[in-house]
Amino acid sequence: MNTTNTAQSEGPESFPQAATLELRHVSKEYPGGRGPAIVDLSLSVGAGEVCVLVGPSGSGKTTALRLINRMIPLTAGDILLGGRSVLDREPTELRREIGYVIQQIGLFPHQTVAENVATVPRLLGWEKPRITARVDELLHLTGLDPDEIGPRYPAQLSGGQRQRVGVARALAADPPLMLMDEPFGAIDPITRGHLQDEFLRLQESVRKTVVFVTHDIDEAIKMGDRIAILREGGRLAQYDTPEKLLTEPADDFVAEFVGADRALKRLGLATLRDIELLVPNGAVPAGRVTRGTTVRDALSQLLAQGGRPLEVIGEQGEVAGIVTLELLGGLLG
Amino acid sequence: MTPLASAPGPVIPNFGGGPSSFACERANRLFCSDWVSANWSTVLWPALRQHIVLTLIAVAIGFAISTALALLAYRRRWLERPVLVVTSVLYTIPSLALFELLEPLPGLGLSRTTAEVALVSYTLLILFRNTLTGLREVPDEVRDAAAGMGMGPVQTLVRVELPLALPAIIAGLRIATVTVISLATVAALIDNEGLGVPILTAISNEVFKTELIAAGALAVALALAADGLLVIAQRLLTPWARVAAR
Repeated sequence: MNTTNTAQSEGPESFPQAATLELRHVSKEYPGGRGPAIVDLSLSVGAGEVCVLVGPSGSGKTTALRLINRMIPLTAGDILLGGRSVLDREPTELRREIGYVIQQIGLFPHQTVAENVATVPRLLGWEKPRITARVDELLHLTGLDPDEIGPRYPAQLSGGQRQRVGVARALAADPPLMLMDEPFGAIDPITRGHLQDEFLRLQESVRKTVVFVTHDIDEAIKMGDRIAILREGGRLAQYDTPEKLLTEPADDFVAEFVGADRALKRLGLATLRDIELLVPNGAVPAGRVTRGTTVRDALSQLLAQGGRPLEVIGEQGEVAGIVTLELLGGLLG
Repeated sequence: MTPLASAPGPVIPNFGGGPSSFACERANRLFCSDWVSANWSTVLWPALRQHIVLTLIAVAIGFAISTALALLAYRRRWLERPVLVVTSVLYTIPSLALFELLEPLPGLGLSRTTAEVALVSYTLLILFRNTLTGLREVPDEVRDAAAGMGMGPVQTLVRVELPLALPAIIAGLRIATVTVISLATVAALIDNEGLGVPILTAISNEVFKTELIAAGALAVALALAADGLLVIAQRLLTPWARVAAR
C-alpha cells in the first residue's frame, strides 16, 4: 500500500503516478510579527499515502499545505517532492504537477464543467482529443455523467456535484501529489460522508500521494493513512497512524484532541470483516447488519437493540455469523 | 390648419437656403413629415452617420484608456484614488463649458478632435470604475484556484479575471455609449457635424421645429439601438451569467 509507485499511467509525457513528499524543518513566519505560523515541521509522506494535517484553528495546517505548492513562500527549511526541492522549481510549473482542491472549490463560474476539468491539461498544452477523453474519464471516475454534467455551468450544480468536479479538476493531469484543504468542509454531513467514501474508493484506484487538511478528527481518522496533529503556533504534536494516535496519544493535548471517546473511534477503524464472528446458535437475532459495517456502528446497533445479538450478512447475502455485546466488549480489552 | 396663435401670419422659415416648399411647413405644423422625407438623404442621414462615427471613436478611445488605467489600478491599488479624482472632475465639468474650454487650446480649435477629446473624457469615469469593480469582484477562491493550478498572472487575467468582469465592463459600456450619444449633440457647437447640427438649426429658427424633433428622435433611437446591441453582445459573450442569475 505504501510502496513507491512511479508507474506512468498516462503515457510518456505524464507525471509519475505518486511521489514521496518530505518536509524538512519547515518554518513559516508572516511579516508583521503575529508569531510564527509553523515551527520546525518535519514530515515525510510515502508515495500513494494519505497524510492528514489536523489541528485547531491557528495551528498552521492550511499554511503548511500552501507552502508545499509555493502559494506562500517558506521562511526556513525545505520541501522535497519526489526527492527534488520545490524551491528549485518554477512555481507555475510546480503547481501544474500538484492537484489542488480547496474548501470553496473555486470552480470557474464562466466555464462549463468540462472546461473547468480541462484547465491543467490545457495549460500543459495537451492535444484536444486527449483532453476530451481525459475529461470524460475523470467525470466518470468521480461519479458524474459527462454528457449530462459536462456542458453545465457550476451555478447549475449541487454542492456535492461541485465538490466532485473540484476533485476531477485537480486529478485532470494525473498529478503525483494532491493537496486538499478541507475539501468537504462546506458540505452537509450526509453528502460529506458519501464524498469521503467516494474519495477513499477513488484513492484505491488512483493511488495518489495526498495531503489532506481538516479540523475534524473523525474525518482525519477516516481518511488518513497517517495523521499529523498540529497544535496552536504551528508545532507538530504527533505524527502517526490513526491506530497509534488513538491507542498511544503522545501527550495530553493529543489525547484531548482525539477525544475522550477514542476507544470508540478505534472501533470505527475496523469493520465486522476484521473480527471473528460467533456461530449462529439458533436464537432469533434482534436485527441484521452487513459485514462492511464498522465495529462502532455495530456496537451502536447492539445498544439500540438492548444488547440482543445481531445477525451479520456476508457479501453473497448469506448469514456469516452473529455479533454480541460480549464479543465486541472483548475487543476493547 | 390654423397657424400658431403667436404667428402673425404664415411665417416662412429659411433654412439652408431656398423658399419653403411643403404645405405642412408653410402651415407651421409642429412636425412636417414631408420635410423629413425630402431632407432625409441630404440632412438627417449624413448627420446620423456622423453621429455614429463620433460616438464609436469616443467610446473606443475611452474604453482603451480606461481599461488600461483599470488594469494598472487593479495591480497597484494606490492608483485608484488619483485616477478616480481626475476622471470624476472631468465627468462633472458641464459639457458646454468643457467644449468652450478646450476650443482655445493649441491644436484643437473648432474641430472633430476637440469634440472627441471632450466626449472621451466623459466616458473615463464610468468605464474605469466599472472595469475595476468587475475585476475586484472576482471571488478570491477563484483567483486562488487559478494560481494553485499553475496559471501565471497574465493567464489568470485573460482566462479568468477579464471574462468574469465582462458583465460589469459591458454595463459600463452601455452607460458610456448612451451618455456619449446624448452629449455628442452638444459637440455640434464646435464640430459642425452629427445630429446636433439640425437641432441647432431648429433652435435658431423661431417657428419651424421639425428638424429638432426629427434629429432628437434619431438620437434617442440611436441610443436605444446601441444599448440593445450591447445587451445582445453581453448575452452572447456571457451565457454563464444568465444561468447564474436563475
